[in-house]
Amino acid sequence: MDFLYAIFIDPFIQMVELPDFLLQVLWEGFVAGVLYALIALGFVLIFKASGVFNFAQGIMVVFAGLTLVGLHEKGVPAYLALILTIGVMGLLALAVERFVMRPLVNQPDIILLMSTIGLTYFLIGFGEFIFGGEPKQMITEELGLPTGSTALEIGDGGLLILQHIDIAAAVIAIIMVGCLAVFFNKTRIGRALRAVADDHQAALSVGISLNQIWAIVWFAAGIVALTTGIMWGARSDVSFALEIIALKALPVLILGGFTSIPGAIVGGLIIGIGEKIGEIYWGPLIGGGIESWLAYMIALIFLLFRPQGLFGERIIERV
Amino acid sequence: MLYRESGQYKTSYISDQSIFPIREDRIGIAIIGVIAIVIPFVASDFFLNAIMTPFLILALAAIGLNILTGYAGQLSLGTGAFMGVGAYSCYKLTTIFPDVNIIILVLLSGLFSAGIGVIFGLPSLRIKGLYLAVTTLAAQFFLEWCFIRIPWLYNYNSSGAIEVPERRGFGDIILTGPAAGAMTQYFVVLGIVVVVTLAVKNIVRGRIGRQWMMIRDMDIAAELMGVRPLTAKLSAFAVSSYLCGVAGAMFIFFYLGAAEPSAFSITLSFQILFMVILGGLGSLVGSYFGAAFIWGLPIVLRAVLPAMGIDIGAETVFHIATMVVGALIIFFLIVEPHGLARLWSLGKEKLRVWPFPYG
Repeated sequence: MDFLYAIFIDPFIQMVELPDFLLQVLWEGFVAGVLYALIALGFVLIFKASGVFNFAQGIMVVFAGLTLVGLHEKGVPAYLALILTIGVMGLLALAVERFVMRPLVNQPDIILLMSTIGLTYFLIGFGEFIFGGEPKQMITEELGLPTGSTALEIGDGGLLILQHIDIAAAVIAIIMVGCLAVFFNKTRIGRALRAVADDHQAALSVGISLNQIWAIVWFAAGIVALTTGIMWGARSDVSFALEIIALKALPVLILGGFTSIPGAIVGGLIIGIGEKIGEIYWGPLIGGGIESWLAYMIALIFLLFRPQGLFGERIIERV
Repeated sequence: MLYRESGQYKTSYISDQSIFPIREDRIGIAIIGVIAIVIPFVASDFFLNAIMTPFLILALAAIGLNILTGYAGQLSLGTGAFMGVGAYSCYKLTTIFPDVNIIILVLLSGLFSAGIGVIFGLPSLRIKGLYLAVTTLAAQFFLEWCFIRIPWLYNYNSSGAIEVPERRGFGDIILTGPAAGAMTQYFVVLGIVVVVTLAVKNIVRGRIGRQWMMIRDMDIAAELMGVRPLTAKLSAFAVSSYLCGVAGAMFIFFYLGAAEPSAFSITLSFQILFMVILGGLGSLVGSYFGAAFIWGLPIVLRAVLPAMGIDIGAETVFHIATMVVGALIIFFLIVEPHGLARLWSLGKEKLRVWPFPYG
């Protein structure tokens, strides 16, 4: 009975009794969710355009962050370093398209997946070789991002502490998603991208260059990775541990569906918030640290009821 | 000339269905067997301990994953955790039954991981492909969490790691623990791996194995032809996890000697997946090739790079090794997506018509 009480009633009493704490938890979850959503967004971009499940998105985040910080450490001014990093991500996109995607066109999914895991290993080794394995401090102030925090008072004496960088992260994420939406829906290249996503052969036959499109989506994913790297790096450090966190994007994708950009965002928020609430209110019951697997379990349970995700296209199997 | 089956007539079903129907294959396997037995007498302890024993153990794990991914077509990223289940249950078993021969316990511990594997395999009845990979990731992270948070599993010791106790068997030979000889451990591992491989070979070419392959090739057609997806998929999960569990138990008891939960992290899962893909999906001999390649390459690189006069620190060599492994994986996927096993069979084809260009 006590156990049931602890599971079903006690956490809610805690939530009602300390609403400011609940809000704080929700906010933390929201911010984590935005970052998960950003990583998932990178996955979705590439999956939509090439059907490749890009495992390397996580390491691209780390790599972009490391390049930015590493360049700055070499004495390059922050903004110039930012531009140079964008250039590096562009080169990476071209290289990936030329040396990985192009030779592997038309291979089964699992081979393409494996090639991106191979790419992950390559980038880990390459990044460590050039920048060393130690965590680095993100150059937050040099990039003109806000630091510090605001404390909001809620009700009688409750405090909600908002880190400015988190607010900036949310705003930038929203702007970026908006830009991507415009890019996808209103521009010529965006329309070509959607055509490729729909049907490779039909797109080819109306004169869309697949190679060019792939380079562009990998570049777009690189930009998303850079943004994620800066935001996440500003919250903690830029380190290779991020790579494991990036795997959290998988349950996000499961929730949202592999092909849906709004899905990636909603899924990210659900996972981020669900995970934080679970950890804070239910985690202590079974020893804490459940953040590491809760997201996957949520996704697993969700999958049993809706195998195609929240916004994914219905999976129809033809025989 | 050297390798040709012409003139070898099979006069009974038994000889037709033998595992090695060609005489040259039998000679080849006999030579490999002799080499495997001779190696410990000529090689150094380091070679046995750091290369041969882990290679055999990882090959077994790769076979385990190959059953699931290569034969039954279910992608799994939780191999490391299933190996961990084997290791921890073997550790618990040897605590509870200190007098039972450790080899029996190693083989028994696989049963526990088979049970866990079946539980996490249940979603596979509804979920396919990449989605299934996520559910196995759930297994990976959940089990890893269990290894850290359930102190009963590591006997409440303060370090949180499991240390292999000394166990003797077969008279008074030390089998496990720090005092065990490299040669003893090698032979124990070799024996288990060979016997299990033979058993798996027979499962794979029998009724169960053919059912797995039907499910892999087209599950709906298989179902229409009377294969039960429930039994076929879950038996694949059970056998695969059993093998991974045994491999995990051996990994701790005969190779590492002590382990923290991080030994069974997702990195290990990926490593084994690489072995399977590079070796060749749906090929047992490929699992050995893959294991040798993935395990051996960094060791070779670490030895070769400094010898080539590239004088760099140990850490840099490690980074370069990671990089080269990644690049080689991509390279292999491009030139031979069917893995080393395909290269092997192509080589045999070539040998068959040699020295003439066309047979």
